[in-house]
Amino acid sequence: MSRPEESRLWMEQVLEDLSSHGVLEKGVFRDQWWVAVPRDRLREVMEALRDRWGFRYLSDVTAVDRLPKEPRFQLVYHVWCHEQSALLRVKTWAAGDPPAVPSLTPLWSAADWLEREVYDLFGIHFQGHPDLRRILLPPDWEGHPLRKDYPTEGPDWDLD
Amino acid sequence: MSQHPERLIVNVGPQHPSTHGVLRVVVELEGEVVVRCTPDIGYLHRGIEKLMEARTYQQCLPLTDRIDYLAGSANNLGFVLAVEKLLGVEVPPRARLIRVIIAEMTRIASHLFWLGTHAHDLGAMTPLFYAFREREQLMDLFEAVAGGRLFPCYFRIGGLARDLPEGWTTEVRRFCRTFPEKMKDYETLLTHNPIWIRRTRDVGVLTVDEVLDYALSGPVARGSGIAWDVRRADPYCGYEEFDFQVPVGQNGDTYDRYMVRMEEMRQSCRIILQALDRLPQGDIAVDDPTVTYPKKTDVYTKIESLIQHFLLVEEGIRVPEGEVFHHTEAPKGELAFYIVSDGTSKPFRARARTPSFVNLQVLSKLAEGRLLSDLIALIGTIDIVLADVDR
Repeated sequence: MSRPEESRLWMEQVLEDLSSHGVLEKGVFRDQWWVAVPRDRLREVMEALRDRWGFRYLSDVTAVDRLPKEPRFQLVYHVWCHEQSALLRVKTWAAGDPPAVPSLTPLWSAADWLEREVYDLFGIHFQGHPDLRRILLPPDWEGHPLRKDYPTEGPDWDLD
Repeated sequence: MSQHPERLIVNVGPQHPSTHGVLRVVVELEGEVVVRCTPDIGYLHRGIEKLMEARTYQQCLPLTDRIDYLAGSANNLGFVLAVEKLLGVEVPPRARLIRVIIAEMTRIASHLFWLGTHAHDLGAMTPLFYAFREREQLMDLFEAVAGGRLFPCYFRIGGLARDLPEGWTTEVRRFCRTFPEKMKDYETLLTHNPIWIRRTRDVGVLTVDEVLDYALSGPVARGSGIAWDVRRADPYCGYEEFDFQVPVGQNGDTYDRYMVRMEEMRQSCRIILQALDRLPQGDIAVDDPTVTYPKKTDVYTKIESLIQHFLLVEEGIRVPEGEVFHHTEAPKGELAFYIVSDGTSKPFRARARTPSFVNLQVLSKLAEGRLLSDLIALIGTIDIVLADVDR
């Protein structure tokens, strides 16, 4: 059995196991697998991925603002399994006002700054984060720049 | 503060040479021992991700040089590969191998800068001059091929900006032959130097579990014995064809990370020489009028080429709808671009997962309980560039 074939079968096993955790949707694009999970089961899914399937490396946490589509804020997590050299993208949606999702800091220390960055630039709250405050922008900054309704250019300053 | 009147709060940075840029570290001291260490970042935040959303893919490319300005080409490579993955195109072999050569030269240049400054931070003055002497040769080679030194911006979506100049490969060969000899000079200054060993041995020890918990990558992870190298684990640009080793450390301390980076420079030399041996003649960009610019001479004489050029400049490259995550092994660790395309010529969302940002997180953990002077060694050993942290 060739190497790509083997990893595809392994990934199918992972996805089948994940379906018991309420996976809503799954797909593959350009050989990259992704799954969408409900917000309230995110931590459970990530824990299963980390402990049962060896996805021990939380590569990235980020978000996408899909304005005007609803639900607006999509959270995107990338995890990597060192043993199988496999990448998996996990998506979920933030809800409420302010938008919120559960934090992954109990699972990975790496989630700390990554989530703070998403909070800073998107205004998404992470429930259970120990130290949720702005990280890149000054503490008194108004607005969240990576939201689609945040302007790319600043106001016209009167230079006189 | 009032609970601990004996504690002193010191601001290290943001303008301090040993913080390698505008990093501010708020340190709570008891005597000389760091009790708490809180990095404060964002002084160099330029909003590159937001800027990318308002630009075509070609216009995004020069922004990527500025993410880690000590390894401009490594960032270009990460970005063009991500866009090419979305487009589903593969560059011709000559372009692919030239990319490998430039990327490995960038790795050496970045590691040399790290070596010089890291040693300088710890009081060794001479390696800085030696390392910059060799780095200057690399910078000249970048300049010859791309016109830029720190910001070469030589890679293009679908290929390269132009072919190599006459005699360039000979110069690179000469560099790769002499460089391992020069490395012996650095090693005589540091590797067995008792002061260097006492400043770095058992300083900032990271266990395998901590490396995984903090999602560390690059030499910081490899120093602790995890052979996590994207070039090996998830090859791109044909790295699987090259014969090279992924050096790993055993103790996970500052000294091991030093040894790992030193060995990586030698391995990069090996890769460059192999790539030069295999470098074929041929095209340097994909033959696709919707992706690559036509030849300038054709633009002046042929109407089709003029229209092609006009459309690529005015409209940009139309990238199919979808999303990709593409990671590469940048000199400082895993550099990944996550791009969401809505089918237009501008990225709907472009995310740069930079190694410095994620790796810097571990600083507080490493520094707490150690001496203030170790903090400087620890900032150096993580090898950060603040532009890479803040984006």
